[in-house]
Amino acid sequence: MIRRILVLGTVLAASGAFAADQPSLQLEPTNLRGPRPLAKQTETAVVHDYLQAWQGMAAAMDQNRPDLLDQDFVGEAREKLAATIAEQTKLGVHVHYQDRTHDIKIIFYSPDGLSIQLVDLIEYDEQVLDHGKVVAVQPVHARYVAVLTPTEVQWKVRILQSEPL
Amino acid sequence: MIRIACIFACILSATALPAPGQDASLDVPKSVVAGTAFSIPAAGSGKATLYIAGPDGVLKRDVQLGQPIAIAASELDDAGHYIAVLASNSSSQTAQFDVIAANQPASISFLARPSRLPVDLQNGITGAVYVFDSYGNLITSPVPVNFELSVASAPAQTRTVVTNLGAAWTGMNSATKEGNAKFMAQAGNVSATRVIEQVPGEPCGLKMSAQKVGDKLNLVTDPLRDCGGNAVSDGTIVTFTETWGGGQTTVDVPLKRDIAQAEVPAHMGARLSVATGVVMGNEIRWEGKE
Repeated sequence: MIRRILVLGTVLAASGAFAADQPSLQLEPTNLRGPRPLAKQTETAVVHDYLQAWQGMAAAMDQNRPDLLDQDFVGEAREKLAATIAEQTKLGVHVHYQDRTHDIKIIFYSPDGLSIQLVDLIEYDEQVLDHGKVVAVQPVHARYVAVLTPTEVQWKVRILQSEPL
Repeated sequence: MIRIACIFACILSATALPAPGQDASLDVPKSVVAGTAFSIPAAGSGKATLYIAGPDGVLKRDVQLGQPIAIAASELDDAGHYIAVLASNSSSQTAQFDVIAANQPASISFLARPSRLPVDLQNGITGAVYVFDSYGNLITSPVPVNFELSVASAPAQTRTVVTNLGAAWTGMNSATKEGNAKFMAQAGNVSATRVIEQVPGEPCGLKMSAQKVGDKLNLVTDPLRDCGGNAVSDGTIVTFTETWGGGQTTVDVPLKRDIAQAEVPAHMGARLSVATGVVMGNEIRWEGKE
């Protein structure tokens, strides 16, 4: 059964130029590979933190502020996104991302409990601006693979990568 | 459901240059392998600007229409979904495409747990692997990963697991003999090794004897072994208890060179017992001789 959950509180709505419209979420039943069971609380926290990461990324890309990534990203994911922001700044470009729908399935919880992998069929709008002028707006339907790892108080995204549908 | 974002996007696109009504499709390969050169045909004449944008990278370049636009191998090496826009004063062409990870593993992230565990534990050792290409992209196509757990005293355990979206895991049994094990994961030509320390398990049977020395009893255990015959680690605490006349004397001693020993007062009729951890040993009733 697919559960539909209304997502995200006012914290998430506060960030990003498009953030007035909250994304909708479909959470698919987990079909985990691996021996470690996934507690409901963990699942909820992971999904919450992943969606929050999208908000954080959108704000960082929109404002060309890599520091906004620190809250939600670590490791390779943070480095790659920060590199994109540095390039955007250099080129005078910035990009708005507005996620509209997420269809998330958690597929792997590592036996040591140190990583969770999920797949997200996502729809978002991507708007490219060059020195403040809109160059293009494109609706995007993509499939993202994300790996999150636990930190002191939350799950952070370590890998965020789309792959062909 | 009303999609506010869509409305907003439409308003914004109306302000874009050029007008959205002039958008046309740009001929870009549907997918490109990371770090591979490709070209984009650019029909027409005059100057234009090419934008390629996604969370994983951005490009902007002034181009001459009528000539193919060459994207060098080094320009797009982060896997991801990108939009491409070719904008001129009179028209705008757009496309979307994916950059995908190369299939050749160049690095792996290997987490093995635990670093120390008792011998002879079924699936007690686990290893999880993520496989990356030379650009740090997760290789989401299936890749076989070989896991091998080797110890000096026994044949190696091996498993081959094919990754699912870049991840693979396995469980291994700890060996019956104590000692370090090498736990290796290999994908393609890349491997990583972790050392797992296998220590003796709980003692398998605990037996003591008593001998009178002066007015004391000398209590000594037999050498402590686990069920695999491994000597139990020195320092393991062994507890001797003497119960006599409503009173009780308890002595905790660390195991030294496989045995534990203690002295207690020699009371005729005393009950003597020994234990370590959850393992109970034999009991002796002192009647002047064992």
